Amino acid sequence: MSAPHSEAAHTHAHGAHGTHGSGESHGTMGSYLIGFGLSVVLTAIPFALVMMGSLDRQTTALLVLGAALVQIVVHMVYFLHMNTRSEGGWTMMALVFTVVVVLITLGGSLWVMHHLNANMMPTPEQMSAMP
Amino acid sequence: MFSSDFLKTIFGRLTLESFPLHEPIIVATFAGVVLGGVALFAAITYFKLWTYLWKEWFTSVDHKKVGIMYMVLGIVMLLRGFADALMMRGQQAIAFGENQGYLNAHHYDQVFTAHGVIMIFFVAMPLITGIMNYLIPLQIGARDVAFPFLNNFSFWMTAGGAIVIMMSLFVGEFARTGWLAYPPLSGLDFSPDTGVDYYIWALQVAGVGTTLSGINLIATIVKMRAPGMTMMKMPVFCWTSLCSNILIVASFPVLTATLVLLSLDRYMGFNFFTNVNGGNPMMYINLIWIWGHPEVYILILPAFGIFSEVVSTFCGKRLFGYTSMVYATVVITILSYLVWLHHFFTMGSGASVNSFFGITTMVISIPTGAKIFNWLFTMYRGRIRFELPMMWTVAFMLTFVIGGMTGVLLAVPPADFVLHNSLFLIAHFHNVIIGGVLFGLFAGINYWWPKAFGFRLHEGWGKASFWFWVVGFWVAFTPLYVLGLMGVTRRLRHFDDPSLQIWFVIAAIGALLIFLGILCMLAQFAWSIWKREELRDVTGDPWDGRTLEWSTSSPPPHYNFAFTPITADLDTWYDMKRRGHERPVGGYRPIHMPKDTGTGVILAGLSVVFAVAMVWYMWWLAMLSLVAIIGVAIWHTFNYDRDYYIPAEEVARIEDERTRLLQNATLRNPDSPRDQDRPSFGAGPAAPAEA
Repeated sequence: MSAPHSEAAHTHAHGAHGTHGSGESHGTMGSYLIGFGLSVVLTAIPFALVMMGSLDRQTTALLVLGAALVQIVVHMVYFLHMNTRSEGGWTMMALVFTVVVVLITLGGSLWVMHHLNANMMPTPEQMSAMP
Repeated sequence: MFSSDFLKTIFGRLTLESFPLHEPIIVATFAGVVLGGVALFAAITYFKLWTYLWKEWFTSVDHKKVGIMYMVLGIVMLLRGFADALMMRGQQAIAFGENQGYLNAHHYDQVFTAHGVIMIFFVAMPLITGIMNYLIPLQIGARDVAFPFLNNFSFWMTAGGAIVIMMSLFVGEFARTGWLAYPPLSGLDFSPDTGVDYYIWALQVAGVGTTLSGINLIATIVKMRAPGMTMMKMPVFCWTSLCSNILIVASFPVLTATLVLLSLDRYMGFNFFTNVNGGNPMMYINLIWIWGHPEVYILILPAFGIFSEVVSTFCGKRLFGYTSMVYATVVITILSYLVWLHHFFTMGSGASVNSFFGITTMVISIPTGAKIFNWLFTMYRGRIRFELPMMWTVAFMLTFVIGGMTGVLLAVPPADFVLHNSLFLIAHFHNVIIGGVLFGLFAGINYWWPKAFGFRLHEGWGKASFWFWVVGFWVAFTPLYVLGLMGVTRRLRHFDDPSLQIWFVIAAIGALLIFLGILCMLAQFAWSIWKREELRDVTGDPWDGRTLEWSTSSPPPHYNFAFTPITADLDTWYDMKRRGHERPVGGYRPIHMPKDTGTGVILAGLSVVFAVAMVWYMWWLAMLSLVAIIGVAIWHTFNYDRDYYIPAEEVARIEDERTRLLQNATLRNPDSPRDQDRPSFGAGPAAPAEA
């Protein structure tokens, strides 16, 4: 009883379109394991870098951020099955759009706030500290 | 008696003094609202409509009913927002020299804030979302949206936000900060009362609804188009709606996050936007406009879509430059993310930043201009029928072009240093929002009303409303352009220079003309409902339409289409008519539909309780309602009884009834049933005007 119902609940109101389900890629055991392995490695590297402390702070921070970015991509490819074909290319397009908007927002905000900071009238204390 | 500590634990900071009994205007309004509310409540009870409303409307997941509820919400809130507008115009028309007017500063500041917030979030947004909700599934040949329950839930969250904002009128007070609540004014130091908290929580509750409905409509357009309807065969309205919803999904999280940061400042002692401890109020202004500029395109893009549909239908031609229209829309979508700084050129970014954003702003006028030319070329050598939707469209083109040009003026950073925060800016954005968004909505309401209700709107009242609105708009806002150029700034309650008064008096007269326009529109609705049998349309296609929504009955059956239409060409319905499409009258099959649920109402009601508890610091109630929200949401996921089949016999009964009505109509007027009131328009439905 419950099996056809939950099946129906998934597809309700789609009617006779038959568009759903097409072009979705599902992971295999192998791809999930690869994704898991990469995630573990990419998590272990930052931990190792911080715990060993052999590199200077800035390099460590950059490497940690870099590993995080790579791991985001790994998650998207192996766990969210992101590729150029899935959902007829819509997920890829959505990803590109998201990245563009996030870059505009972050980059633009940094640029704008940097300018505002640079052009800010100095406070009296800052003025007296100037040569 | 109870100790004050105990009362504080129960009621937070809500005390008897929170009720503005000392403000006679508010008390009178409150009395009016209570009387009206009691009368409405009594009438619904007397006519035993509660069950009907609950079963047929409030819990309905039918996109058509949800859409209509959005429209009702928008129109009701328009009356509230316009009351604020009239109060401001009245105050500014008399408050000169000795005369302080009738609104004190405390009240006036709330009025202009509420006017802006309500008009954008609770008038323009619900109307736009409502019209998208109603039309998108019909235009793409679907039976509902992708997530029908989510749709109902989204509506009730929007309505919940509106309830929170209406409460602020009578319990406590509203923000006195302007519609975007810039800190540090909106911080706890300068706005310690409930105003900004009402603002934050009303927008957060409504924002959930807006974001979810954006996701829902994107999924609907991307996944549920009828067979054969490729993206480039989709009606332009669906394209502009798709872009608008993409903007919603991409930008509303920024608003939510910004308001969360402001809440942390106000509730938890954080310093994101304070003047001390490393906070920076300018960051708030930067963030809120990253949402705020896409927001204006969220509103205008669907309106552009409406105009495209109207122009094409009433000129009897395929839309000129469909492809360029689509690309223009997409370009506007991207560019709308690159212009936000033009809202604060004067904050001190320096020449390079200001020139970049000034140029991107000017560039946006290119795709917009392309659209205007497309509409003009569609009209060129078309057989134009000046019905009400077409009249609104022409008024839009004339009005919007002026608004667009003053926008390009403001985009020049040096000019903006003169015009920033002046009434010139106020005139500009009213020029584009009224002349663009609102005129578009009115065109859409007049155009699709027959589809939604099965009868046309009365033309006489509609024309009266049209002329009062259009003339009233220009009388109200031209003086503001003049005043802005003379240097009068916005949000002023009182003026010293008596020579300015005449302009404000003219503007107030314009506002009264718009008021008459609104009254005529309400009269148009009431009259049309009263005389609906005379205005009845049984064909389902009263305007000789071109897109799929006109292929089904008016109002459409619950399931929209007995058979999923198959698309071969742009303007699908026109193409089907031209090729002599015969409506199938048999072979019906059961139709799979989503089931109604009251969970959306319950969740939104709990969210309102949560919002009010947060506003008044009733922490126990906030915790309780939050737990309840999560609990109900989880409980709903276990509800597997979400769908049902409309039996084939039921479909046959509804469709046979339509067949009978269509035959009757043809018998009465064998030539052309759809043109019986319109002898001047001679072409039959099957005669293509562009042949």
